[in-house]
Amino acid sequence: MIAEYIEYLGHKTLGIVGGIGRTFLFMLMGVFHIFTLPWQIYKVVEHTWFIGMKSMGVIILTGIFTGMVLGLQGYYTLVKFGSEGMLGSAVALTLIRELGPVLTAIMVTARAGSSMAAELGVMRISQQIDALETMDIDPVRFLFSPRIAAAVISFPLLTALFDVVGIFGGYITGSLMLGINPGIYLYRVTESVIMADVTGGFVKSLVFSLVVTTVCCSRGFFTHLQEGGGYGAKGVSSSTTNAVVTSSVLILFFDYLITWLLL
Amino acid sequence: MTTPLIEFVNVKKRFGNIRVMDGLNLSIHRGQITAVIGKSGSGKSVLLKHIIGLEEQDSGSIFYDGRDMAQMDRTARRKFKKRVSYMFQDNALFDAMTVFENIALPIVEKSTLSREEIKERVLTRVNQLDITGTEEKYPAQLSGGMRKRVALARALITDPEVVLFDEPTTGLDPVRKQGVHGMIKEYQAQFGFTALVVSHEIPEIFDIAQQVAMLDQGKIILQDNTEQFLRTNLDVVRCFIHGKEKTGEKI
Repeated sequence: MIAEYIEYLGHKTLGIVGGIGRTFLFMLMGVFHIFTLPWQIYKVVEHTWFIGMKSMGVIILTGIFTGMVLGLQGYYTLVKFGSEGMLGSAVALTLIRELGPVLTAIMVTARAGSSMAAELGVMRISQQIDALETMDIDPVRFLFSPRIAAAVISFPLLTALFDVVGIFGGYITGSLMLGINPGIYLYRVTESVIMADVTGGFVKSLVFSLVVTTVCCSRGFFTHLQEGGGYGAKGVSSSTTNAVVTSSVLILFFDYLITWLLL
Repeated sequence: MTTPLIEFVNVKKRFGNIRVMDGLNLSIHRGQITAVIGKSGSGKSVLLKHIIGLEEQDSGSIFYDGRDMAQMDRTARRKFKKRVSYMFQDNALFDAMTVFENIALPIVEKSTLSREEIKERVLTRVNQLDITGTEEKYPAQLSGGMRKRVALARALITDPEVVLFDEPTTGLDPVRKQGVHGMIKEYQAQFGFTALVVSHEIPEIFDIAQQVAMLDQGKIILQDNTEQFLRTNLDVVRCFIHGKEKTGEKI
C-alpha cells in the first residue's frame, strides 16, 4: 500500500518535472527560432493582427469598465478623508502598475491563448504537426516562434491601451459623474506617474507575453502527452482548459514575483 | 538482385508491453510499388513512421541506399527527408490553408524558388492530378477522393524519390478505392518514384504492387513478387488473403 503510494507520488513528480522541462525547452527553442533565417515576417504580422488587433475591442471594454469601477470605488474611499482630488493618482497608479498588465494578459489568454491551444491541439491530433515533421519543417519554428514574437509585440501595446482607456474610465466616473475637477484629475495623473511605474508595467507585460504564449502553445502542441491520454475532442478541450487556467495562475504568480523584485 | 533502396534489418520496437516489431526484415526496391499488408493494428503504420523518422527503433537497423539511417548526421538526414514524402492515412492536410497553400507549403518553406516558379509548379501538379479549380478551396470543402489527390499533390510537389502511403484508401467507397489505387499506379509510372503502400485492401492492392510483404506478429512473414506471393502455401497468408481467421485465433 505504502509502496504503491510512493510509486504513485514518484510517477506524478516525474511527470510534473518532465512537463516543466519540456515547456521550458519549448520556450527556448521558440525564442531561438525567432532569430533564425529566413525571417517569418508575414506570419508575425498575421499573428500580431490576431493577438493584438483582434483583442483591442475586449481590451477597450475591460479597460473602460475597470477604470470606471476604480473611479467609483476610489472616490467613495478618498472622499472619507477629504482627498478625492487624489483620485487621478489612485486610478493611474493602480492601472499602470498592476491591473493594466494583469487584466490585459488574462483577457488575451481568454481570447487568443485559448484559441492558440485549441488550434495546435487540433493540429496535433489530426497529424498536421507530424506532417510538418515529415516535410522537414520544424513545427516549433513554424507554429510557435511567430506567435511568441507577435505576443511580445502585442502585449505591451495592449497594456498601454488598457491603461489609457482605464484612466479615461476613471475620468468618466470621477469627473463627469461625481464632479471632481477634470484639470485636477488629469494633473494628478501626470504628476504621480513616474517612468519607473511605466517601465514596471512594461516589464510585466513582456513576461506575461512569454508565459501566456508558451503555456497555451505548449499545452496544444503536446496535447498527446497529457496524462491520461490527450486524444480526440476531449483531449483538445482538456488542454485548452488547462492552458487558460495555468496561464491565469502563472500571470498572478509572476505579477507578485516581479512586483516584489521591483519594489 | 540489386541493393534495396530501403532495408529493415532485424528491427525491434516496443510500446510499453506491446511488441510491434520483433526482428523485422524488409527490402524495398527502387522504382517499384511495394505493398505491406497485415491485420489492423499489426504495426504497418509504425513501420512507415520509422522510415520518415517519426518513430525510432529500439534495436536493429534501417538502411537507405545502403546507409544506416541511425548513423546519418543532421545534414544527411535532412537530405534524406527531402527525398521522401509521406501520405497520411487521413491526409493530414492543413485545414486552415487553401488547397494551393497546402500543396505549395513544402517548397515555400524548403526551397529558394521564386513565387512565380512555386505557382507554376503547384499548378502543374494541380493539373496532373485533375484537381483544377480547387486551388482556393479549403480541404473541408472537398470530397474524400479530392482530398486524397490534394494530399498526393503535396507529397509529389518536391519530386520525391520515395513516397510512403499509409492506408491511402481508408474510408473510401469501392469506386473511389479503385480510383486511388489507379492513381498511385498511374503516377508511380509517370513520375518513377519508389512507393511503399501500407494497406489491407485485398485483393485490390495486388493489382498495383510489384512486391508484396505481409506483416504478422512483428515480423515480415513473407515478401515476394505479387505472383509468387499469391501462390504461397503459408496458412497465415492464405487465411488473410481469403478473409478467414486461422482456427482458434482470436480476432
